[in-house]
Amino acid sequence: MDDASLSVRETSPKSPPYTAHRSFLEEVIEATPGDSRLGMCIQCGTCGGSCPSAADMDHTPRQIFAMIRADMREQVLRSNTPWYCVSCYYCTVRCPQEVHITDVMYTLKRMAIREKLYDDSTAPDFSQTFIGYIENYGRSFEFGLATRHNLRHRPFQLPAMVPMGLGMLTKGRMDLTPHRIENIEQLQKILARAIELEVS
Amino acid sequence: MSAQTNGQPHERIGVYVCHCGSNIAGVIDVEEVAQWAADKLGHRGVVIARDYKFMCSSLGQELIERDIVELGLTRVVVAACSPHLHEQTFRTACARAGLNRYLCELVSIREHASWVHTDKRAATEKAKALLAGGVERVAQHAPLEPLRVPIHPATLVVGGGIAGIQAALEIADAGYPVYLVEREPSIGGHMAQFDKTFPTMDCAACILTPRMVSVGTHPNITLLTWSEVTDVKGYVGNFTVTVRRKARYIKTDLCTGCGICQDKCPKKVIDDVFEAGLGYRKAVYTPFPQAVPKYPVIDYDNCIYFQKGTCRACEKLCPTEAIDFEQQDEYLTLDVGNIVLATGFDVMDARRIAQYGYGRLANVFTSLEFERLSNAAGPTNGRIVLRDGVTTPQTVGIIHCVGSRDRNFNNYCSAICCMQSLKFAHLIKERTGATVYNFYIDIRTTAKAYDEFYQHVLEEGTIFVRGRVAEVTDAARLPGEEGKLIIQVEDTLVGRQRRIPVDMVVLSVGLEPRRDSQEVAKLFGISCSANGWIIEKHPKLDPVATMTEGVFVAGCAQGPKDIPSTVAQGAAAAARVLAHIQQKEIALEPIRASVDETKCSGCRICNNLCPFNAITFHEDRMVTEINPALCQGCGTCVAACPAGAISGTVFSNDQVLAQLEGLLLRTVKGMQLEEGVPA
Amino acid sequence: MPKYLFYPGCSLQRSARPYQDSINAVKELIGLELEDVRDWNCCGATEYVAIHHLAAHALVGRNLALAAQQVDGTRTVMAACSACYLNLAKTDSYLRADADLAEQVNTALAAGGLHYTPGTVRVRHLLDIVVNDIGLDTIKSRVVRPLKGLRVAPYYGCMIARPDRDNRWDNVEHPVAMDRLMKALGAEVIDFPMKTHCCGGHMTQINLPVAFELIRRLIHGADQYQADLIVTLCPMCQLNLDAYQADVNRYFNTDYRLPVVYFTQLVGLAFGLEPDRLGLGKEFVDARPALSRIGIELPPAEAAEAEAAVARRARKQKAPAGLPMPRMPNDHEEGQ
Repeated sequence: MDDASLSVRETSPKSPPYTAHRSFLEEVIEATPGDSRLGMCIQCGTCGGSCPSAADMDHTPRQIFAMIRADMREQVLRSNTPWYCVSCYYCTVRCPQEVHITDVMYTLKRMAIREKLYDDSTAPDFSQTFIGYIENYGRSFEFGLATRHNLRHRPFQLPAMVPMGLGMLTKGRMDLTPHRIENIEQLQKILARAIELEVS
Repeated sequence: MSAQTNGQPHERIGVYVCHCGSNIAGVIDVEEVAQWAADKLGHRGVVIARDYKFMCSSLGQELIERDIVELGLTRVVVAACSPHLHEQTFRTACARAGLNRYLCELVSIREHASWVHTDKRAATEKAKALLAGGVERVAQHAPLEPLRVPIHPATLVVGGGIAGIQAALEIADAGYPVYLVEREPSIGGHMAQFDKTFPTMDCAACILTPRMVSVGTHPNITLLTWSEVTDVKGYVGNFTVTVRRKARYIKTDLCTGCGICQDKCPKKVIDDVFEAGLGYRKAVYTPFPQAVPKYPVIDYDNCIYFQKGTCRACEKLCPTEAIDFEQQDEYLTLDVGNIVLATGFDVMDARRIAQYGYGRLANVFTSLEFERLSNAAGPTNGRIVLRDGVTTPQTVGIIHCVGSRDRNFNNYCSAICCMQSLKFAHLIKERTGATVYNFYIDIRTTAKAYDEFYQHVLEEGTIFVRGRVAEVTDAARLPGEEGKLIIQVEDTLVGRQRRIPVDMVVLSVGLEPRRDSQEVAKLFGISCSANGWIIEKHPKLDPVATMTEGVFVAGCAQGPKDIPSTVAQGAAAAARVLAHIQQKEIALEPIRASVDETKCSGCRICNNLCPFNAITFHEDRMVTEINPALCQGCGTCVAACPAGAISGTVFSNDQVLAQLEGLLLRTVKGMQLEEGVPA
Repeated sequence: MPKYLFYPGCSLQRSARPYQDSINAVKELIGLELEDVRDWNCCGATEYVAIHHLAAHALVGRNLALAAQQVDGTRTVMAACSACYLNLAKTDSYLRADADLAEQVNTALAAGGLHYTPGTVRVRHLLDIVVNDIGLDTIKSRVVRPLKGLRVAPYYGCMIARPDRDNRWDNVEHPVAMDRLMKALGAEVIDFPMKTHCCGGHMTQINLPVAFELIRRLIHGADQYQADLIVTLCPMCQLNLDAYQADVNRYFNTDYRLPVVYFTQLVGLAFGLEPDRLGLGKEFVDARPALSRIGIELPPAEAAEAEAAVARRARKQKAPAGLPMPRMPNDHEEGQ
C-alpha cells in the first residue's frame, strides 16, 4: 500500500473540516450519530456472515471496517458495499461488540456521495431521485421514481417492466400523479434549515 | 488519649513523606511537605519529618524503626501510597521497634493527590492538608491488641465437584475433619459428565472416580449428599452451619446399592441434570453407575406413589426393605472453623441464541450434550450419532464462542471452550472419521500442552475456519444443502461469506455462574460480581480467599477455568484452611465498633443496619451489643446512632473530628482560621 | 375503545392499499380507534438517510412534532409499515439519547414553526398493538370463520424486529407475535426459518439479479415447508414477494405460486368479512386458490387446480424417535 493514501488528503468544499492527522476511523466515528463503537470491532466476521447481500459486495462489512482502520479511505468510499446494504440490521443485533454497523453504512453512503467517489452510480441516484419527490411533494411518488430511474439507468429494461407497471395501475396500486401535502412550504423550510446546519 | 487543648502536645510524632520514585515526587514537592510539617506542625507534636525515595523499602522502614528507638516516638504518620498496599508494612515496622502497630497512621498522598491532580502547586498544598489531618488523628489513637479467636478444626466444603473433592481430601489427609455437602445425589460434579479431558485425553471418570472413592471412604470426611446448606451463622473459626439433608426415601443403613428399584421403577423421566436432557432415568435413581454414595434417591415430583398414591414397586421388590416413603428431611447443625465454596458453574442456555437453532433444529447439540453422546456410559453408549439415535454424521461443525465474548449474552471469555472444541474435533475424527469444521474467532490454547494439542488436531485434518458463525439454518438455498444444516459464516481469512452444509452442529456454549449464586453468596456473607461469579479477595494475589475471613472459594465458582486450575485452587484453599487450623487461633483486626451501654437508649435503630449480623439486642437490659468477632468495622451503626453511643476503635468521633481539623489546616502554626481551607 | 394516532405512510395510500383497506375493515371489530396524523409527510424510507444526516431526522421530526400536537389522551403513534415504524421510532430514540442532535433538529423544525420534545410520543407497530393491547382473547372472540386447514408462513421482514432498542417487544431473531395471532385465527403456522430475513428492500431498483435471489430465498423457504400463503406486515415485503414473483420464476426457471397477503386481511377473513372489502384480488399472485381452503368461492376450473395442489402436498413427516429434544419455552402455547 502506498504512503500517498496515508498523507493529508484534499477535501471537497462541502465536506466538514478536519485536522490534518485525524484518521479515517475517527472521521467515520464522528460522522455517525450516537456512539457507533466502531473502534471496538474485533474482526470476528459475524456481520459478513449475517449479511444477506454479502456475496455481492466487493468487500464484506468486516473487511470495510478493517480497511477503515487501515486508512484506506478511497477504496472504502469507492466500494459498493454500503450500496448493497439492505438495512436489515442483522449485523447490528448480532455483533458481539455492539457496533452500530448499519448506521456506519449510512455514514459511508453519505460520505461517498459528498465526495462523488461512488463507482456504481445506480443506488445513489435512486436515493437522490426519491428524495427529490419528497422535497417537492412531501410524499414519495413511485410511478415517477420508477420511470425516471429506469429511463436513466436501465432503459432497455423498461419494456420488461411494463406488465408489472400496468398490473400496478389496474389493481389500483399506483398513482399516475404525485400527491402533495398541504403545508409543503413548512416542510421545505425545515429541510432547508437542516441542510444548512449539516454543512456548517 | 487526646492531645491537650492548650496546644502543648503529649505525643512525639514522626512524619515520613515518601517520593514513591516519581509517582508522588513527580507532582508533589515532597521535600517541601516534609519541611513544612517540621516547621508548622511542631507545636502539634511533630518532632521529626523526613522525606525518602521509597519508604516501603527495608531502608525506609529502618528509618522509622531507628527514629522510634532513638527519638522515643510515640506516634508515626507515613504519607505515601494507599493503605491497601503498605499499611501492614509500616505497622509491622513500628511493632518491630516496640511501638503498638495501631499508633501508626497512613495518609495517601498518591491515590488521593499526586495520581489524580496535574496542578503541582495545588497537589502539594493538598498533600500538606492531608498530612496535617493524619497528624491530628494519630494523636487520638490508642494502642490496641488484635482480637484472638480460636479456630474450630472442622471444615465445611460446599460442592462435591473436583474442586470440592480436592480441597476436602487435602484437609482430611492432613488429619482434620471435613463435612462435604453436595446438592446432587452423588459427588462428581460436571467432570463426571465428561467423556475425555484435555489435553491428555484422560477419561474423566477414570481419573475422577478414584478421588470420589477416597472421599467416600475417608475416615475424616463426612459426606452429606442430596443436601444443602440453609443457614450460616458465626465468624471465622466459629461458624455454625445448618444443613438440610433432603429425604432420599431410602434407608442408607439397609440399602446395598443393588439397583433393583431403578430397574423396576415404571416411571421414566428425562434426565435434565446428569444426561443434559439427552437421556433418561427413573423416578428412583442414582445419577450414574459409579455414584458415591451408591444410595439412590426418589424424585418426589416424578414418583408415581407420591403423585398419585399407587405403584410402590420399588418398596415391594427391595430385597433389604430399604425404601421408606415416610422419611423426612433432616436438619443438621455443624460447627466448623472454615468454609470452602466450590459450587461450580452452569452452562449457558443455548435456546437464548435463536440464530443457532438449538431447540428447533434437531441436530444442533450443546457441548454438555455432546459429552454425553461421546461418553461410553451415556445414552448412546458412546456412539456419536444424530438426534435420531441412529445415524452417524458425515460432516460436523463445531462452533466456538457461543454466548461468550458477546455483549448480547456474556461479555467474558469462558476459558475452556477452545480446548473443548478441539477435543470434540479430535474425538469425532477418531470415532467417526467425519469431516470436521471448527469455527473460531481466536484459538486460545494457553496452558501446558494445550498448543501441542492444537497441532495434533491440525495434523488429524480438522478444517479451521476463522469466522464467528452468523447462523445455523435448515433453509436450503444452493444445491447440496437440502436436508442438511447450513452454517453461514464469513471466512474472514478469505474475505467471503460461506455456506457450509453439515449433518451435525456442536455449540461450545459459555460457562455461567450457578443460577442461584446470588442467594448462595448472601447465605455465606460474601459477594458476587454483577454476572454472578464469586468475588475473590484479590484477583491476582489472593484468588481463593474472599473478603469474609474464613470463607474461601475454589474452582469455577470464582470464574471459568479448566480442570488443572480448578484442582490447584482446591489445593490452595485447603492450604489456607490448614494454615488457620494449625495456628489454632487467629488474630482479627481490632477495628470494631462497640456500644457504650450507659449511653444506649435501646432505640434499636442500629439493629437492622449491620450487614454482618453482628448486632444483637438484649431485651432484658434494653441495650444493644455488638459481637466484636463478627463486626468488620464498616461504621454504619456508628454513624446511625442518634445518641452517639457507638464508637469505632480506629474511627471514633474524636479521631474523625481531629482529622477534619487537620485537613482544614486549622491547627497549623501561623494559619488564620479563614485561610484554613485548602485548594 | 383504545385510541391511537395513526401514521399511514406513503405505501398505504396506493401500493399497499389492500393493507389500509383491511385495517379499516377490521379496526372497529377489534375496538381500535385511529386518528391520522394531520398532513404527515414521507418518513424518508431508507433513502433520505443515505444522503442526509440531520435533514433525515428533521424530516421525521416534523411528523413527530405534528403528532405531538395532536396528543390527546393517547401518546402512541402507530405505524403499519415496518420502515415507517423503524424510522419514527429510531429518530425519537436518537433524539432522546443525544441532546445535541435534538437541539439541532429542533432548530430546523423551528424554521417551520414546529418543536418536538423527544419522548413525547411513543411509536409502536400495528402488530404490537393488535397482539399486546387488543389481545388474542379479543381476536379469538371475533373469529367466525376459523382459518382451519390453511398453512401460513409468517413473514415478518427485518425492520419490525431489528434493531433492538428500548422498545423491544419481541425476539429479534425469532419473533412469535404474528405466529400466535395466526394460531388464534385457527391457521396452521409453519416454523418458517426465514421469517425475519430481508426481502431486499429497494434492491429491485439497484441490481435485479441480486434482488431476485433475495426474494427467491424467501419464497423457496416458505415453499419448502409447504405453506399455502405467506403472511406479511410490511408493504415493501409484500410488493417484492408478490409483484416480482413472476420475474423470479422467469429468472430461475421455477414455478412458485405462493400468494402474499397482509395479516390484517387474514384477520378480516377470519372475522367473516368478504374478500373484496379486505383488498383481496389486488395481489399479483392470486390468493383465492389458497383461500378456497377456508371456503372462499372459486370458479370451478380454479377450484380443481386448488384441489390438485393440496393432493400434491406430501404428508407431514413425523419426527423420528430417538434422543429427546430440548424443551422450548413456547412448546405449550395456546392454540397448538
